Amino acid sequence: MQKTWNNKAWFLVLPVLLLVAFSAIIPLMTVVNYSVQDTFGRNEFFWAGTAWFEEVLASDRFWDSMGRNLAFSAIILAIEIPLGIFIALNMPRSGWGVPVCLVLMALPLLIPWNVVGTIWQVFGRIDIGLLGRGLWELGIDYNYVNDPFDAWVTVIIMDVWHWTSLVVLLCYAGLVSIPDAYYQAAKIDGASRWAVFRYIQLPKMNRVLLIAVLLRFMDSFMIYTEPFVVTGGGPGNTTTFLSIDLVKLAIGEFNLGEAAAMSIIYFLIILALSWVFYTVMTNYGAER
Amino acid sequence: MARIDLEHIRHSYLPNPRADADYALKEVHQSLEDGGAYALLGPSGCGKTTLLNIISGLLRPSEGCLLFDGEDVSDRSTQERNIAQVFQFPVIYDTMTVYDNLAFPLRNRGLPEGEVDRKVREIIGIIGLADRAKRKARGLTADQKQKISLGRGLVRSDVNAILFDEPLTVIDPHMKWVLRSQLKQLHKRFGYTMVYVTHDQTEALTFADRVVVMYDGEIVQIGTPDELFERPKHTFVGYFIGSPGMNVVPVSVQGRTAHFGGQAITLPGAPEGSMTGPVELGIRPEYVRLGREGMPVTISKVEDIGRRKIVRASLEGKEIAVIVGEDGEIPAEPHVAFDPAGINIYADSRRVELGG
Repeated sequence: MQKTWNNKAWFLVLPVLLLVAFSAIIPLMTVVNYSVQDTFGRNEFFWAGTAWFEEVLASDRFWDSMGRNLAFSAIILAIEIPLGIFIALNMPRSGWGVPVCLVLMALPLLIPWNVVGTIWQVFGRIDIGLLGRGLWELGIDYNYVNDPFDAWVTVIIMDVWHWTSLVVLLCYAGLVSIPDAYYQAAKIDGASRWAVFRYIQLPKMNRVLLIAVLLRFMDSFMIYTEPFVVTGGGPGNTTTFLSIDLVKLAIGEFNLGEAAAMSIIYFLIILALSWVFYTVMTNYGAER
Repeated sequence: MARIDLEHIRHSYLPNPRADADYALKEVHQSLEDGGAYALLGPSGCGKTTLLNIISGLLRPSEGCLLFDGEDVSDRSTQERNIAQVFQFPVIYDTMTVYDNLAFPLRNRGLPEGEVDRKVREIIGIIGLADRAKRKARGLTADQKQKISLGRGLVRSDVNAILFDEPLTVIDPHMKWVLRSQLKQLHKRFGYTMVYVTHDQTEALTFADRVVVMYDGEIVQIGTPDELFERPKHTFVGYFIGSPGMNVVPVSVQGRTAHFGGQAITLPGAPEGSMTGPVELGIRPEYVRLGREGMPVTISKVEDIGRRKIVRASLEGKEIAVIVGEDGEIPAEPHVAFDPAGINIYADSRRVELGG
């Protein structure tokens, strides 16, 4: 059969292309524009070449933020993934408990980012917050405003509270897709609880876990709103993650060129990591 | 290996069963001999998988008890009963190699590694996967996977029974034959007690020494394939086994004669005992002779299925099937005669013995 070729069909893509151009490509090009030029206002621009990029890559400030952000991502992944798996394993598979658990799990995910931040900001306050005041009454010296360690603990617990549910729901979806016969066979083979987890449940959760790690890593690497609302990046710079730093640089200090260069570096890192994850995910299980 | 006794077993999936209809399994009281190859045959929903799960311990029967070699095992877990089961869909441990899959049940039982290695090597040869021992089990074909799940049962030399739950459902037709004959060989060689659940009569009849036919939660007949064919104890067995199934026509019986419409059929003997309920005469298509003598019929259809033909005819307004050889001729004025050797009489669907 002869296939009909009609290149006019490409016109159908045009509206989407226009939309994407306005929402993504043009703003991105503006950033590129700023990153290679210098401006002193009045819409006068001077060619700066790669100077801004060199400055960003040579600055301690950038690498400090990067280090803090990677540490943050590593810590929340190390907590949320095992905790999520653990909760998913213990959720009921049938009966009235299923909808109850699912709704409870979905709740934190439905709360807007800055509201989450506000909740924890108030919750942790030592004068009126339930957590802060409670710990103070118990004689524990807790103050996220002054103490960097307490600030980190607060931000991490907040992220765990907010996002562990996502891991739980993904793992739960993986778990319920395992046919009963697998558990029955494992019983017959005399497998221990650990062996069931290691050889049946974990392999079946592999794919969803990869997705969970990818999503949680990306999200935590780009985290802005919640720590900004709670600590504002402080005390000092101790909770200033990459995106908070970027906003300080661009809007606080109005250092547009350097901020634009940093944005592009930041964007390329995220793009590269996404590509790595995507490649791993699509190739996973393809080896025979 | 063990003899399995099912003592007055009933099972209902409802919490408070009252009427008979609430039971998925109505009163099974039966012994399965040590080393026997049994097939549980019946249509979907007849209770055969329920019965299998009761034997394996995945289900606890509502009533009755289960004995292995005279020992009550009703309260024991699947693991303690020491049985092996092959499921409808191959269950393998994806991330392990073929070798590790087979070693898994032995390692779980804490056998020394030398012993494990010896057993696994023996079994892996028997199931014909020795050349794939170090490969991941994930990439194998369905029949190879099913062999692995069978192998995990075979490595444990002390298993009481091996249970099969429609194990060939997902296997390609040409591999079914191969696997089935391998199963039979294994049974001959090791003498395991095997119970095989299926709804496919060919599978049941070729695999088993004794076929257990189930219908509506009950065992309606246990017998060799020959007995099921020649002397079906229940009209259901007659319909279900054979292709096409047994012809069953309503009759009234007086002495050695059965009356069907205007026709009189001579029986091989007079029925023994009294008959209650509707009386029927069953005869397999293989025993109906098509010729110029006997009862007149009208032929509605002839199906040529290669080595023989199935003739669909109408006798006194009732559809019957007749099997005619490849070269058998179909006369212009067709008549049928029933071979007395193939005649069975049923009262209330159950077979009545005919005296000599």
